[in-house]
Amino acid sequence: MAETPNRPLSPHLQIYKPQITTVLSITHRATGIVLSLGVVLLVAWLMAAAAGPQYYEAAQACAGSWLGYLFLFGFSLCLFYHLLNGIRHLFWDAGHGFELETVTRTGWAVLVGTVLLTVIAWVLGLTVMGRI
Amino acid sequence: MSKDKLGPAKTGTSHWWHQRLTAIALIPLILFLVGLLPNMAGATHREFTALMQIPITPVVLILLVAAGLYHMKLGLQVVIEDYVHNACVKMALVVSLTLFTFFLAAAGIVSIIMLAA
Ligand code: HEM
Ligand code: HEM
Repeated sequence: MAETPNRPLSPHLQIYKPQITTVLSITHRATGIVLSLGVVLLVAWLMAAAAGPQYYEAAQACAGSWLGYLFLFGFSLCLFYHLLNGIRHLFWDAGHGFELETVTRTGWAVLVGTVLLTVIAWVLGLTVMGRI
Repeated sequence: MSKDKLGPAKTGTSHWWHQRLTAIALIPLILFLVGLLPNMAGATHREFTALMQIPITPVVLILLVAAGLYHMKLGLQVVIEDYVHNACVKMALVVSLTLFTFFLAAAGIVSIIMLAA
């Protein structure tokens, strides 16, 4: 057994240099978990609306507080990231985009797209609501 | 249910496939929700119920809640299976996740129908 010092070892995450591929991959999982919390809150919000105006007002007040805004902003970032990277996943599943160069390029495109879509959505949203 | 019916070797392909199917369905549904949000945010209860009287809103919301929850359940199950190694704990978590998902689906869909009625 001592003769095999050059065997490839599975990545030991603590000492493994972060790369765009690995970081984006775990971020897909992390954003998926945040979105799960988001769906739970969406259902809670619908239940409040169905329960009547007083519950609905309370839910709106929560969402309209600075904490609510912070969460909504973070949630929108996660949503757009997971959406764009999910499309990237679907292309891989169809067998496209596996070259290392393409993987790196689409990875950066997902990051830039996430920031752009989030900013556009909030600017449009706040404009439609007459806040800016 | 027999133990042999559980686990990725038995249900892995359909699980994988359903995760993709719901992902594809969610793309247009999420875009619809994003378009709806400026109308929902800051709306009074009356304005919001008026929005729910337009048939397309409750229909798309039900599809969104259903596809979103199913996709969520499949995804979180993979996360549990990856990180939890004790078979009993794993089983308990997956069963809880399934029950919780059904509860949310029923609560969400009933709420939407009440708001649209
Ligand atoms: C892409 C995702 C989202 C974006 C871009 C977004 C955008 C916004 C914006 C710009 C506001 C400002 C509200 C205001 O000033 O009144 C807002 C508020 C709000 N959002 Fe969202 N949102 C997102 C997700 C969600 C989700 C999933 C819910 C679930 C119900 C939600 C519910 C609300 C509510 C209830 C408010 C009320 C705020 C208020 O009363 O002032 N949003 N959102
Ligand atoms: C309702 C909103 C959503 C929630 C709650 C959610 C949640 C999740 C979760 C928890 C996972 C598991 C992550 C993992 O195993 O590492 C996942 C995976 C995935 N999601 Fe979503 N997601 C949502 C929306 C979307 C959308 C809109 C797409 C569209 C492209 C998408 C595409 C994917 C794909 C392709 C995977 C599999 C990734 C893999 O095999 O590693 N998701 N999602």
